[in-house]
Amino acid sequence: MEGGRAGLSEEVRESGPGSARAVVERAGREGRAALIGYLPVGFPDVATSVAAMRAMVAGGVDVVEVGLPYTDPLMDGPLIQRATEAALARGTTPADGLSAVRALHGTPALIMTYWTLIDRYGVARFAEDLAAAGGAGLITPDLLPEEAAAWHAAADRHDLDRVHLVAPTSTRARIDLAARSSRGFLYAASVMGVTGERELVSSGAKDLVARVKEITDLPVCVGLGVGDAARAAEVAAFADGVIVGSAFVRALTDAPDPAAGIAAVETLARELAHGVRRSPASNRRRPVAEQPGGQR
Amino acid sequence: MTETETLTGRAGPYFGRFGGRFTPEALVVALDELEAGYRDALGDPAFRDRLEELHRSYSGRPSVITEVPSFARHAGGARVLLKREDLNHTGSHKINNVLGQALLTRRMGKRRIIAETGAGQHGVAAATAAALLGLEAVIYMGEVDMRRQALNVVRMRLLGATVVPVTSGSRTLKDAMNEAMRDWVTNVEHTHYLIGSVAGPHPFPAMVREFQQIIGIEARRQILDLTGRLPDVVCACVGGGSNALGIFHAFLDDPGVELVGLEAGGAGVGTGRHAAAVSGGTPGILHGSRTYVLQDEHGQTRESHSISAGLDYPGIGPQHAWLHDTGRARYEAVDDAAAMEAFQLLCRTEGIIPAIESAHALAGAIREGRRLGPDGIVLVNLSGRGDKDMDTAARYFGLMEADA
Repeated sequence: MEGGRAGLSEEVRESGPGSARAVVERAGREGRAALIGYLPVGFPDVATSVAAMRAMVAGGVDVVEVGLPYTDPLMDGPLIQRATEAALARGTTPADGLSAVRALHGTPALIMTYWTLIDRYGVARFAEDLAAAGGAGLITPDLLPEEAAAWHAAADRHDLDRVHLVAPTSTRARIDLAARSSRGFLYAASVMGVTGERELVSSGAKDLVARVKEITDLPVCVGLGVGDAARAAEVAAFADGVIVGSAFVRALTDAPDPAAGIAAVETLARELAHGVRRSPASNRRRPVAEQPGGQR
Repeated sequence: MTETETLTGRAGPYFGRFGGRFTPEALVVALDELEAGYRDALGDPAFRDRLEELHRSYSGRPSVITEVPSFARHAGGARVLLKREDLNHTGSHKINNVLGQALLTRRMGKRRIIAETGAGQHGVAAATAAALLGLEAVIYMGEVDMRRQALNVVRMRLLGATVVPVTSGSRTLKDAMNEAMRDWVTNVEHTHYLIGSVAGPHPFPAMVREFQQIIGIEARRQILDLTGRLPDVVCACVGGGSNALGIFHAFLDDPGVELVGLEAGGAGVGTGRHAAAVSGGTPGILHGSRTYVLQDEHGQTRESHSISAGLDYPGIGPQHAWLHDTGRARYEAVDDAAAMEAFQLLCRTEGIIPAIESAHALAGAIREGRRLGPDGIVLVNLSGRGDKDMDTAARYFGLMEADA
């Protein structure tokens, strides 16, 4: 596509001081995969969601994905749809997401959302405010690298991670484009579909990670479908990080009250943290240590 | 844009600052394949012949134009001509696009189509093409729309399609589109998403326009034959905007022809309860492309409102957004009351029951005719017939026997 391609050829600058990459790589040095947890801000209310994010960290989550609720979440399954609809009904705004990032001080926090919200906020202003809040960066599931020139420039100005996605259908050329466009880590969608827990994380995820590893030294974290320790261990055997979302949302949804929900989130984080430590480290490719040039 | 550049045939992905692709990575390969597939198909005489044959012997093209002098007396005495897409098989312009995409689906080796529908016109057309060409069809429809367009739900089911009620969000067209996208990203390997409007990620806006531009190509020739000149104004209703772009496209490089898109004004643009994306919206991103969107200060989509299910959509195709920005087309709102007045007027004066969607274009024609006076010629795209709207009309005009 014409248009936004400018800037893709240049090397992505080294990750910034607050990058999620350092934490993912530290996990690798410990012989395990990193654990990344997602929760949407504002569900069931802003305070509880922020407390739940901190509980995830207390339970062993290494990196937090802070979701900004959007009215038309066409990449989310029913569970996250209902949670984000409830958050919006309570008046949750993007500013609440920035507050959550601030409250997670000390843990890398990435905002994850649909692009139209950032577009509306103003890309440059959002990057500035996210950096000021101490955020690590943005995960952009519906912003293709071809459309991302303005975001890439803003991210570079503030040393923010810019995490693009790859999918089982991605060609080698597209994986290469996503890798060259990303900083922090690369998000590999394990299956074709929307968010939600699954019985089996397809062997496609393993193949995809292997294809990505042929191309880039960027850490690869796998999301979609992982909901328990067994699945986390399975994915940790071949990925640098394991991303869990819907299962955390379900822990909040199923709880009788906010305090019980926060406790359930922490318990789940603890189980998953065991899971990512269970797999034999020898199966995983350890991240390459310091390399000259942009790609650490 | 320079003076000499033509406006027709724009292939995307961008229309000025609008359009593009804002989708999950998982769909990119399918979108690229689709783009290559439809270009290849359009360049293949066998494909074009097959599509033309279906237009001729299945859907009944070319659709006629009808002069409506009695109606025109209420429109300042200007000549008013209707492009009769309501006479197509399945009762609207939607069949034009659907036949093209269904043939393309077969050509790409896929065997399942999914579609979103608002009024049910696109859903019925998609179910029809699926039945004709032996494809499995799953149609997503908002629960609210299933209630107000119950007849079309029955038609789709008779045709063998599965109709899936969508209960999220506003339970109308935009939510049906969300749900169809979720299905597509899961089943893209063997499923084609047969989008019904000039909306969505590239290449849909350009491709759907390709399949709909036959409306304007025919109408331009027909009106020249009948009147010896081009019309002063072309009116069409706009939800996503496929019938409007279909009739506008052939006139884009005729600078003397004014193009007017009539958006659904609902209770009035000033009330906030409407579906007028250009008149009452701002640039944003919806369903994979950058365009005008009804949204709040944070970028959350605002619910649209219209008496017409087919126009009840908070966005508009990106090429329309661009035509608005460049000034080549005008977009104006027609509220529910004006649309229903025009609806009734065409029924009484000409014996033609239009779709409530198309009645918005008729209301626009009344305004334009009054502005132009007796020397003016107004071409209206009568995009669909109103049989599906009897329940809404009966309630609106109080035509039922005493309320049970």
